[in-house]
Amino acid sequence: MKPFTTLTSKAAPLDVDNIDTDQIIPKQFLKTTERVGLAKGLFYDLRFDTEGQPKAGFVLDDPLFAGAGVLIAGDNFGCGSSREHAPWALMDFGVRCIISTSFADIFRSNSLQNGLLLITLPKAATKELMIEAKGGNHVFTVDLESQIVTAPSGKTYPFEIDPGARTKLLKGLDSIGETLGHASEIDSFEAKRGLDQPWLALA
Amino acid sequence: MTGKTLYDKIWDAHLVSTDENGEAILYIDLHLIHEVTTPQAFAGLKAAHRPVRRPARTLAVIDHNVPTEGQALGVSAIADPEARAQIEALERDVAQHGIEIFPLGDIRNGIVHVVGPEQGRTQPGMTIVCGDSHTSTHGAFGALAHGIGSSEVEHVLATQTLRQKKSKSMRVTFTGVAPPGVGPKDFALALIGKIGTAGGTGHVIEYAGEAISALSMEGRMTLCNMTIEAGARAGLIAPDEKTFAYLMGRPAAPKGGAWEMAFAHWKTLFSDPDARFDQELTIDVSQLAPMVTWGTSPQDVAPVTGSVPDPECLDADHAVNVRRALDYMGLEPGQRIDEAKIDRVFIGSCTNSRIEDLRAAAAIAEGRQVASHVRAMVVPGSGLVRAQAEEEGLDLIFRAAGFDWREPGCSMCLGMNPDRLAPGERCASTSNRNFEGRQGRGGRTHLMSPAMAAAAAIAGHIVDVREFL
Repeated sequence: MKPFTTLTSKAAPLDVDNIDTDQIIPKQFLKTTERVGLAKGLFYDLRFDTEGQPKAGFVLDDPLFAGAGVLIAGDNFGCGSSREHAPWALMDFGVRCIISTSFADIFRSNSLQNGLLLITLPKAATKELMIEAKGGNHVFTVDLESQIVTAPSGKTYPFEIDPGARTKLLKGLDSIGETLGHASEIDSFEAKRGLDQPWLALA
Repeated sequence: MTGKTLYDKIWDAHLVSTDENGEAILYIDLHLIHEVTTPQAFAGLKAAHRPVRRPARTLAVIDHNVPTEGQALGVSAIADPEARAQIEALERDVAQHGIEIFPLGDIRNGIVHVVGPEQGRTQPGMTIVCGDSHTSTHGAFGALAHGIGSSEVEHVLATQTLRQKKSKSMRVTFTGVAPPGVGPKDFALALIGKIGTAGGTGHVIEYAGEAISALSMEGRMTLCNMTIEAGARAGLIAPDEKTFAYLMGRPAAPKGGAWEMAFAHWKTLFSDPDARFDQELTIDVSQLAPMVTWGTSPQDVAPVTGSVPDPECLDADHAVNVRRALDYMGLEPGQRIDEAKIDRVFIGSCTNSRIEDLRAAAAIAEGRQVASHVRAMVVPGSGLVRAQAEEEGLDLIFRAAGFDWREPGCSMCLGMNPDRLAPGERCASTSNRNFEGRQGRGGRTHLMSPAMAAAAAIAGHIVDVREFL
């Protein structure tokens, strides 16, 4: 996993509540066996018509927001299906950080696994950031080390983040490798479970 | 010292270790996998040369992208090359790692959240995960069960554990006796309407109360299934005599002396009377009517006797979202819900495709005819559900009424297979999500119970099922 330290980038406002993972990446893109190449399906129904032609007006396709690495979204972003294709598609498109008032639990875990930083801020702050983001061609800075978002106006927004998640993102840690370091504890757990709850034991 | 919640008890019993930030390594008893969210996980294992730690704790089924006809012909007969490749990849991966699979066309195969309980794999007190958000279903047995992403699937395959922080707890108590025509789907929709789709975020919800005790296991599964639509990853119901009776004799349930030991443990799985929850909520089911969604989120819900909201009467922030939903759904502000004419009916999904769901729908369909402009389909949750329904003659009732009787799978709940809505089509659906495009691009979904969906098929529009009782 690629570490996340700081990001200096444009931010795109997507002022819609309850953006679900079906909207982020529709079903037809879930038939892949790959983790990469999903940018083409990102927000597909919002960006392309039924003939597959680009639709005008979607913020991420606006040249003013080209290359935006930050997305500022409405409440409850990432609700619904557990598909990890959602953070894969966002990352593949170039989004590295999302700011919202809240995120769905499974989307949060999936994002963390991929180095996609989710920042939760109060409603008043996300509204101000959306206003600053409108018009594009601004520069936002996200500093995970100091836990501060700096808007184009220079106004700063400190944010809270789970310390474990912060470390994982800053270092780009491999969770499986970390857990396998605890293999002997897992062995002991299994041995004890086998005695306490033998009906769960396996051949 | 205060007592423990059921969630506390299961959590503590599976704790391998906890780090200084409170992140736990939690042991996973049962891992269910399917074709769509696993290929990347197996590819990750291969790239890192990692084996599967406990293959016998994983069961694979094929459900998300399968056609609901011609399954006996096998995988090679699937027309969609991408769906076929994904299923073949799963077959190859499980064979390589020694994981059991129920092949396509096997009578035991079906929707993962129907198969687990039906086989007795799902048991009280277990931790259960699957790369599918509706894994919350298994909480109906007093198991801690939730959906995970593909990276976590890979983590569980490699380590048989999951890294997680403990969630907060919420108890929702359903009191009273449900009136005729009102059931678990209505309980779920009423709850989501009340707390919103983010209302349960960060929580595990335990359901309690007399109306929960009165529910069958199928009904409890419907309610726990929909918990994720309230934002909570997991729903829980303490096991009771109904749970034990359901499990006894199932293929993977403990037998003989093992059953006695398991039974003694299962009876300890309840929230202590002095346990404290972070949030508590009570809903009186005697006051509920059959519920229907009108918008593009499960929280956009109203009683079937009600109307869709008028954005003019709402605050600006709320009005923007409602206008967007009504525009997508092709509904007029303030119109009565039961005036919405439908084109399609879908009875199925991990929410409502079990034998009781099919019985409830068949009871409405019996001796009646699907409206001439409506295409209605029934998709049983598994091969075994289908066989039982046929033994009871339900297929004949559905067919005589004009319903299409299909083979098992996720089908039009998410439209990964050929079953999907055309743009603008309006569907009465027993599934779990009315998101934009969920059942097909431009499709308009109204969530409701199986009996309500069957009634809508007959009437040709959304209708109060109580008129049919």
